[in-house]
Order: sequence, then C-alpha cells, then structure tokens
Amino acid sequence: MTDIQQAAPLLRVNDIHVYYGAIHAIKGISLEVYENEIVTLIGANGAGKTTTLNTIAGLLKPRQGTIELNGTPIQGVGASKMVFQGLALCPEGRRIFQQMTVKENLEMGAFSRPNTEIEGSLEEMFQRFPRLKEREKQIAGTLSGGEQQMLAMARALMSRPKLLMLDEPSMGLAPILVEQIFDIITELHEGGATILLVEQNAQMALRVANRAYVMETGLITMQGPAEELLHNDAVQKAYLGS
Amino acid sequence: MTAFLRFLINGVSLGSVYAIIALGYTMVYGIAKMLNFAHGDVIMVGAYISYCGMQYWGVPPVASILTAMVVCTVLGITIEGLAYRPLRQAASLAVLITAIGMSYLLQNVALMIWGANPKTFPQTFINGASLNVGDMSISSATIITILANVLIMVALTLFTAKTKMGKAMRCVSEDRGAAELMGINVNRTISVTFAIGSALAAIAGVLLCSSYPILQPTTGSMPGIKAFTAAVFGGIGSIPGAMLGGVLLGVIEIFGKAYISTELGDAIVFAVLIVVLLVKPSGLLGKPMREKV
Ligand SMILES: Nc1ncnc2c1ncn2[C@@H]1O[C@H](COP(=O)(O)OP(=O)(O)OP(=O)(O)O)[C@@H](O)[C@H]1O
Ligand SMILES: [Mg+2]
Repeated sequence: MTDIQQAAPLLRVNDIHVYYGAIHAIKGISLEVYENEIVTLIGANGAGKTTTLNTIAGLLKPRQGTIELNGTPIQGVGASKMVFQGLALCPEGRRIFQQMTVKENLEMGAFSRPNTEIEGSLEEMFQRFPRLKEREKQIAGTLSGGEQQMLAMARALMSRPKLLMLDEPSMGLAPILVEQIFDIITELHEGGATILLVEQNAQMALRVANRAYVMETGLITMQGPAEELLHNDAVQKAYLGS
Repeated sequence: MTAFLRFLINGVSLGSVYAIIALGYTMVYGIAKMLNFAHGDVIMVGAYISYCGMQYWGVPPVASILTAMVVCTVLGITIEGLAYRPLRQAASLAVLITAIGMSYLLQNVALMIWGANPKTFPQTFINGASLNVGDMSISSATIITILANVLIMVALTLFTAKTKMGKAMRCVSEDRGAAELMGINVNRTISVTFAIGSALAAIAGVLLCSSYPILQPTTGSMPGIKAFTAAVFGGIGSIPGAMLGGVLLGVIEIFGKAYISTELGDAIVFAVLIVVLLVKPSGLLGKPMREKV
C-alpha cells in the first residue's frame, strides 16, 4: 500500500467545485488514485459521487480546481477526448446502447482504438464474460439487468483504460450477481487494473478496495485505508447498518 | 387500369422525392434532436445552383448536380455551425425559431440573387426521354427518381450499419453522453449528419425540378413541409420510416388528387397523417419515445 504511494498518483483531483446552475453540488473535494489501486468513493444518496465521476470523465466542467491524469491537466478537455487519455467511465444506470447488438456495443467501447486491435480485445471480453459471447448478436436492450451491467463494464474495458471508473455497478442486482460483479472487480485488480469505484454497497466496496473516501453533501468527510473505514464506528453507523 | 398504374408510379416517384428530403429531417432529428425547418430551402438552393450550372456556366448536367451537392453540403455545415451549434444547450423552442428564421433567410437571399420570376428548369438526361410500356408512357425522370431513392436508401442503410461514422451516429442518436464517453466527437458527428442531409437535399432539388420544372425561391417550402410530414408519418428518427413515409405520402397525394379532389389533395395528405398519429403516435416505424433529461 504505502509503497504504491511513493510514486506520483495516476489521478489527482484537487479542490474541485461543481455546480448545476445555482446548486453547488461539489464543494471542493480532493482525491488521488495511485496505479494498481482500487479506491472507493462511498456516501449516501445525493452526496455527489456521480457528479464527481462525471466531472472527472469530462461530462461536467468544474468551476474551480484541477484534475490531473498522469500529471497532465484534463479538466475542461471534454468527455470525448478522455478515453484517448486512458480514462473510461462505466456510467450510473449502465447506459449501454439499447438498440445496438452486444457486439456493436463492445466495438463502440473500442472507438478510440485502431480497428486492427478490436478483434483481440473482443475475444478477451468474451472470455471474461462468457454470457456476452452467447448473446453476441442479441440487441442489448433485451438483455437482463445483470447482463447489461456486464456489457457496460466490458464496453468500458474495451478502450483498455489506464483508469477504470465504475459508478454503482451493483445497482439493482440480485445478491448473487453483486458477488459476481465484485469478483470481476477483484480479478481486474489482480490483472493490474486501476479502479475508482462508486458504490452504495459500502460493505462490499470496502472489502475489495485498498483505500476509501466517504462523501457527504459535496464534501469528503473521511478517508483512509478501506480496512480501517470498514471497522470505523461512524462509517458502520452511517453506511453499514450496524 | 392504365390510369391507376400511372397514378401509382407517379405517386411512388413523387414520394421518392419526399423520402429523400425526409431523410434529412429524420437523420438530423435523430442525432441533433432538432427540427431543421431550413432543410426544405436547402433543396431550393440545390436546384438553383444546378440550374445556374447548366444555364449560365455551361457546366454539363452531372457536374452541375455535383456542384449543387458540394454547395449544399457546405451550406448545411455552415448553417449548423453558425446557427444551431451555439444553441446546443438552449431550449428546443429557441432552436425551432432559429430554424424557421434560417428558412426565411435562405428564401430572401435566393430572392435577392435570382429574383422572384420563376425559372424553367432545363431538360437534362433525367427528364429528356420517356419509356413506353403498353399504352402507358413513363417519363425517365419518374424512373430515375425512384431508382435514386432506392440507391440512396441502400447506401445509407449500409453506411449506418457498417461504417465507424455511421455507428457513431447511431450512438449519438441514442445517448449523447454515453457516445462521448466512447470517444465520439458529437459536434463532428452532427456536422456530418447535416452534410449528408444537405447533399441529399441537392439531389432531391434536381429530381423535383426535373418532374415539376418551375423554380422559384419558395420552391422548397411545400415539399419541405410534406417531407417533414412524411418523416413524422414514418416515425421520425427512423431511416426506413422516412422511406416508407415519403413513398406513402406521395401515393396518397396523387391518388387523392386523382380520385377525390384536385384542390383538396394536400388536405387529404394531412388528414391521413393525423389519423396515423392518433393510432400510432410514434409513426409507422418509429420507436416509442423514452424522454431523457
Ligand atoms: N442534472 C442535475 N441538475 C441539478 N442538480 C443535480 C443534477 N444531477 C445531480 N444533481 C444534484 O447534485 C447532488 C449530487 O448528485 P449525485 O447524482 O452526484 O449524487 P450521488 O452521490 O451519485 O447519489 P446516488 O447515490 O443517489 O447516485 C444531488 O443533490 C442532486 O440532486
Ligand atoms: Mg450516483
């Protein structure tokens, strides 16, 4: 853990403020993600987790503050350029392309890469998610919720991101599928991926993560090793229901 | 029977022009989520440019049509970039009013350049001949229009199904934010959509004036409105819908004029549209809308 942090962070968010019109949704938060870490961002509904990820991904512009990826400032660059910088977001609510086939969705995930490399990555995804292979030609909108989540994650992975951001990947899934999603996250991590994970399921998130940040109404109120937060009284009361 | 067949063929031909115009409306609506009411007037510009090419500049017909396509493409991209792009985040009513204003601007500029007097569109390879089948004579313009429509439909279907840009368009039309996350440049995709729609408008202008050779600054308005109707009829946002809607509209219009009332032909067209929309609000091939914020 500490030896990872010797190096410069892959992602550094520094004191960002984000507004929706007059609503001050993010009130100056800072966070770092180091290479090969899983960092989780937990917090109640409306705390600003999605806003934070969308801002890092370039869908929203911070009014103040900086975001650096590998030391390069990326705030305000625009979402469509982010994936070329090595950043992928698997957004809240999945947002797969409902009217396209499973395979087309995956191909769109690799939009930023040369066509010649797509075939190999497709094979990789089909190996990791065999259900998607069986349903290659199916229209994505007809997949089950769990399958759609797998597809959304696979689509994000198709860009070969340096940093993968997942916004509530377990949302609305049955417990067994939640387990499966977290197994995949752990596998990806073991394969060397760097992940920023937003979760309602704080228990599971803190189990797989190295470090965690707790958000409340636009601010980060606690941070530290995930293991520590898992046993922290305040966190347990607020998010772990015990 | 011969009369019936002739009306049918003429209807399909007129409908093919509507279909080609409707494609511009439907693609722009699907991707940019706006109604480009200036689209009908781009047809008029295309017709004038090819007219000028053939009448004044001594350019052969094919080259004149290509010139018109290039001019309209540039015009479409310019309109989008100057008038619509700055309003991307604005209320849809503001965009609609801008589009109507753009439509009048194009008509007025055409009036300044070419005057109010109608021009007679010249005879070309398109309408120069006719084909005799039994005791029926079909103009070559009719046949070429239908063939052009089929060709354009096949090409566009392949384009959206197979090419990277075509797939990017489908993504933007479904979920703009998710498309951006894939790395798709939304502004460029919208520009390309306007470019394609406007190039097709130029073709439609030439085809329209080959069958109905009166050209004046308002030439594009009525076909524009009918093509928009056709797009809604077929299901706005749907490419096969534009084809079906356009062709049906043309056939209904010609049959209505022939068998019911010449004067009420247009009213009949709109009556049919209203009935279809009452029964199927999203149009014949349209997908039920899921409004997204
Ligand atoms: N498009 C928007 N316009 C206005 N306010 C918004 C918008 N999106 C989010 N907000 C507000 O910003 C705040 C943070 O929302 P956000 O979606 O980031 O929360 P979250 O932590 O992801 O919540 P959840 O766990 O429910 O997904 C909320 O108060 C929300 O009402
Ligand atoms: Mg959220």
